[in-house]
Amino acid sequence: MKKLVSSIALLAATMPVAAGDFELTGSVGLENRLFFEKGALPGQISTYQPSLELEADLRWQSSDRAWDVVVIPYTRLDAKDGERTHFDLREAYVRWTGDEWTVRAGLGKVFWGVAESVHLVDIINQSDSVEDIDNEDKLGQPMLEVSTQRDWGQITAYVMPGFRKRTFPGADGRLRPALLVDNDLALFDEGTDDDNDVDFALRYSHYFGDWDVGLSFFHGANREARFIPNSEATALIPHYDDITQFGVDIQYTKDAWLWKFEALVRDSAFETYAAAVGGFEYTFYGVSEAGADLGLLLEFQYDGRSDDPAIAPFTVADNDVFVGARYALNDADDTSILAGIVTDVDDASMSGVIEATKRFGDNWVAEIEGRFFMNVDPDNVAFAFKDDSHVMFRLTRYF
Amino acid sequence: MQLNLLNKTISASILGAVLATSVAFAPLQADEAADKQKGFDIAARSDRSDNGFTSSEVEAIMTLVNAAGRETTRELSFKTLERENEDVGDKGLTVFSTPRDVKGTALLSHAKILEPDNQWLYLPALKRVKRISSANKSGPFVGSEFAFEDFTSTELNKYEYKYVGEETLDGMKVDVVERFPRYKNSGYTRQVSYIDQDVYQVRKIDFYDRKNALLKTLNFSDYKEYDGGVWRAHTLAMTNHQTNKSTTLSYGEYKFKTGLADKDFVKGVLKRVR
Repeated sequence: MKKLVSSIALLAATMPVAAGDFELTGSVGLENRLFFEKGALPGQISTYQPSLELEADLRWQSSDRAWDVVVIPYTRLDAKDGERTHFDLREAYVRWTGDEWTVRAGLGKVFWGVAESVHLVDIINQSDSVEDIDNEDKLGQPMLEVSTQRDWGQITAYVMPGFRKRTFPGADGRLRPALLVDNDLALFDEGTDDDNDVDFALRYSHYFGDWDVGLSFFHGANREARFIPNSEATALIPHYDDITQFGVDIQYTKDAWLWKFEALVRDSAFETYAAAVGGFEYTFYGVSEAGADLGLLLEFQYDGRSDDPAIAPFTVADNDVFVGARYALNDADDTSILAGIVTDVDDASMSGVIEATKRFGDNWVAEIEGRFFMNVDPDNVAFAFKDDSHVMFRLTRYF
Repeated sequence: MQLNLLNKTISASILGAVLATSVAFAPLQADEAADKQKGFDIAARSDRSDNGFTSSEVEAIMTLVNAAGRETTRELSFKTLERENEDVGDKGLTVFSTPRDVKGTALLSHAKILEPDNQWLYLPALKRVKRISSANKSGPFVGSEFAFEDFTSTELNKYEYKYVGEETLDGMKVDVVERFPRYKNSGYTRQVSYIDQDVYQVRKIDFYDRKNALLKTLNFSDYKEYDGGVWRAHTLAMTNHQTNKSTTLSYGEYKFKTGLADKDFVKGVLKRVR
């Protein structure tokens, strides 16, 4: 962390303090989750979980466009679950862009991959799981990122001092295991503090005709944790093991077809395993007079890791099929609906999702998100969520 | 033998008939070929009038008006890299700054002529660059009355042409040229373009849908000549005759030769454009 601060200071010191473009925008969102059933655990929220989201977006760019600074503070205030009330700097970095090289230092956010139902190779940022269990909300990752763009593709190297622990619901919260996860007890290969350890990653990305290809390497503390109960069996201790991971993501784009594939090999002190997700997205364009699109999605998820928490973190996407449909109206309000179901091939446990969004006027966006757990087998990891089916309504005002 | 003779006689008379017909149609075919060539020449003269602009950057406001008259706006910027070889298309980068919820959304396009274009979309909320299908030629561009192909299919060789005649439009002498998409998945059977005879700029296009019914009209106005004889329209008004909706694009001042190069139009830059 200290190294990072000094490198930011170094970058900032060489920055021209000339006037550039400054921009401040932001958003305020009010949401409410409605659970269909009472919580199975004592003390859990029974029905409503209202909360408020605030985000600001500050940007500055030098007039020669070589330097830019981005700061995105974010906070959620949850009326019911104190652990879900939290603050994060989603991004806070300085970046220099030259002809062939880009250097960025600070808190950044990076996405790798092509699949829709699970983001397998994506590993740079820790998931802000207390936001939503889809792991698409991320915590800002301290990093020094050096990237070069050449005719043959883009190579990016990441040096990551400092580790972000995953966020988990509190005692009042839903969508949690029976025992609470206590991040204060977290264990790393180096002991209780990972800040002296530095993680590394490397990424190659390019396209060849209709093929988009990404190769990635990561070495450092796993963003997923193994959960082991403490000796009193009153809490779960997260174990963030050191891992080495090789990943590949490929998309083949032909006419209205998008064929997607992601795979990884991950090695820890306990095991080496492979995982993959693959499938397609096919879109029927112009299904309505006004030009709406209907996309159909199908993906297979496989994960070869051990289901023993002494060896590997749990995953729900071990042998599952995702089927989904996306309907986009292509209207002025960007109205769209996505619905999908993931079914476990082994025990037929199902989880469904519906997401709908629509803009009102220029600055208001309304969203509905529903998550449903159906037919959950007692041996499935998702069994802890079996009573947590819910619908979330969110109204956001952008400034 | 007799059979053969008979065959020969029949063949000869068919041949005669064919010859007679082709002689009769010959002038007409020559006219058709001439109209094709003249149509192409007029379109090419117009298209090539800005050759050598190299690259351009411009900001624009898009105003969408629905049938009830309700207006919504989008602010966006366009960067274009000219590729002088007419067998490959230009490269383009479109970035949205409003509506605020999609701020930073960017579309990168590498236009081809008859092959499908390469397109990547950047979704800033997820930091995700997604290769998208370009088969969606006729779909609405961000809910507007412009279709994707209205932006991405401006290359000369994406069409076949036919000269129709001369007309007067807003006091200007214009050549009327029909153009027929050669690329796949177009929503149009044909377009009728009106090109002025003075500075050779497109002033109006009528779009005919797949049933050959008049669908939309695009009017180009507020033309301005930049250095090097490059003309740009600053107001593009698209009216949909079938839905009574309309979209107007108002451009700011164009900047040319801003130092943009191929490296500014690769998918890796999408994460840092704004």
